[in-house]
Amino acid sequence: MTRDDTLPKMTARHVNVFYGANQAIADVSIDVRRDEVTAFIGPSGCGKSTFLRTLNRMNDTVAAARVEGEIRLDGADIYARDMDVVQLRARVGMVFQKPNPFPKSIYENVAYGPRIHGLAKGKADLDRIVEEALSRAGLWSEIKDRLGTSGTALSGGQQQRLCIARAIAVEPEVILMDEPCSALDPIATARIEELIHELRGRYAIVIVTHNMQQAARVSQKTAFFHLGRLIEYADTSDIFTNPREERTKDYITGRYG
Amino acid sequence: MSPLTLIFLIFALGMIGWFTARARAVRFRLASPGRFGSLPGHHAAYVALWTILPPLAFLLIWRFVSPALVTDAVLATPAASTLPPSGFERAAILSEARHLAHGRGTGAFHTLSTALAPAYAAAQSRYDVIAAAIALLLALGGGMLAFLRVAPALTARTRVERLVMGLLLAASLIAILTTLGIVASLLIESARFFAIVPIGDFLFGTHWSPQVIDPADPGAALGAVPLFWGTFFIGAVIAMLVAIPFGLMSAIYLTQYAHPATRRRVKPMLEILAGVPTIVYGYFAALTVAPAVRDLGATLGIASASSESALAAGLVMGIMIIPFVSSTADDSLAAVPAEMRDGSLALGATPSETIRRVLLPAALPGVAGGVLLAISRAIGETMIVVMAASGVASLTLNPFAPTTTVTKQIVDLLTGEAAFDSAKTLAAFALGLTLFVITLLFNVVALVIVKRYREAYE
Repeated sequence: MTRDDTLPKMTARHVNVFYGANQAIADVSIDVRRDEVTAFIGPSGCGKSTFLRTLNRMNDTVAAARVEGEIRLDGADIYARDMDVVQLRARVGMVFQKPNPFPKSIYENVAYGPRIHGLAKGKADLDRIVEEALSRAGLWSEIKDRLGTSGTALSGGQQQRLCIARAIAVEPEVILMDEPCSALDPIATARIEELIHELRGRYAIVIVTHNMQQAARVSQKTAFFHLGRLIEYADTSDIFTNPREERTKDYITGRYG
Repeated sequence: MSPLTLIFLIFALGMIGWFTARARAVRFRLASPGRFGSLPGHHAAYVALWTILPPLAFLLIWRFVSPALVTDAVLATPAASTLPPSGFERAAILSEARHLAHGRGTGAFHTLSTALAPAYAAAQSRYDVIAAAIALLLALGGGMLAFLRVAPALTARTRVERLVMGLLLAASLIAILTTLGIVASLLIESARFFAIVPIGDFLFGTHWSPQVIDPADPGAALGAVPLFWGTFFIGAVIAMLVAIPFGLMSAIYLTQYAHPATRRRVKPMLEILAGVPTIVYGYFAALTVAPAVRDLGATLGIASASSESALAAGLVMGIMIIPFVSSTADDSLAAVPAEMRDGSLALGATPSETIRRVLLPAALPGVAGGVLLAISRAIGETMIVVMAASGVASLTLNPFAPTTTVTKQIVDLLTGEAAFDSAKTLAAFALGLTLFVITLLFNVVALVIVKRYREAYE
């Protein structure tokens, strides 16, 4: 299949998600473009994280979850029977709300993904991949002398950048970030936001955030979710200056949420 | 007065204290309308506890002190002057006299004990009366003093609370104190053993045949190394070869793969297995597994294959320990934060890669601690080896050969007809002490590991 770079990287059409009898997401359709950062905003429990997790099928790990509708990555249905979830997750990486480095050394944390997918052709190649991922995550200069120390011994912000490096090392095409700064202090948050700017263009990035200023700072497109529905999806500048929907306006002006 | 009557009287006094104190408290509450720190029930409980607890505490101490007092009184009588100076015979005569005085035992073996019996009875009843009098006085005195203090300002509520706390503390200390007592008795008997047999012979000797002990050199037949080896071979090697893989795999299945409904059903079932009496496993080992293992050995052409093999006992013991390993491994795996698993899955790792590379390494200290606890249980296990293991001690690596364990030998040594102070019988206590020390060490190390691991994730 030839890839047309003008086409969206991921498309979702009429997606519904159920947890048992409860519907968490209702009829969401959205495009994620390859050269942009897309932000999902909305009050707690609006379904933005749930929807994010449908994009790399992390909801599969929740036994009671059921997904309806169609989600495509480069035109291929990711919920199709012949879709390899392992390959999908290698192509659509994820960074979690709470930094979750493995209780292994910094090096092993980053080398984990490439090892599993057999990306490195020998030790030297693996070293190169690890260095490159850590450099792109802006962590290399800080930790290059202590690659053998435990990833859990780093500060919160460094841990989160380590997790980003870990995701990058697998050479994904899309990176999903689920409130990546909510457990970090303002300085660490600023570093991550800087990093998102640097990563844009190389990866399609989708970020869920609680913080509207953050969405305004890092994203080009913003989607506003409320009660499991996608209320408005537009250019970030439009959403924050000129929302079409009354509910979006109420939310971004702080009337609820 | 019989002890039961006495205790009944003490509780009756307590009841009286309860009602009078309650009535008094109700009266002064009615007399003034203000707020009170304590309800009538608290004043009542305060007086009742002060009536009951002092005499009960006294009677408890008295039980330990009185035999010595009674014996002293008996020894002071003229009849006692003809007793042999000291030692086993003297103790036997005194013990017989005590039994006769209490109306137990029909005839006397020693004539002297018949003569001493009346003196015993007299001393006993004299001290019984004294004890009853002191107990009742304590009840009355305690109750009266407490009753006199019942007043609106008395903080009966907090005082009762403190007394209750004291009671609970005493209750929790009982298990610890009893264990200390057991250790002390083990130590004393073992000391007697090591007075006869050099400790080096016992700990490092490789020949064990307590049936034939040379009085000139008892240590030569009491080298416990074959027993230690057998215990280690059955409990820590064969049993663990069964229990660790199966326990771990069942824990992995239950925590990572099983549907929650399956887990809800299977986990309690596994835990019930842990409650099966070990004698049942013993039957299974002796009647089913042991013959099968012997036949298997014979088929394989092993001439020494025995129906009392280490393999049979070890296999069944391993099965018995599976729920134990499974449950601690389950806990450790469940304690690994879900974010670890999600992080690995999100990188495209399969569930089994996630388990092997992330979850198991993270849970390893907890699992290792659980395995150590399981080993300490296995090597202390008695019933299975009593029924399925051999009585013959041998230093062998052959799992089909007959093998014995420390616990099996303790049972054999104590069920013989040997004199209680012979080297053979006392050896059981030395073995018990060794086993106690080893399992204690295992438990301490295991608990330290498990605790450190818990701290890492909390």
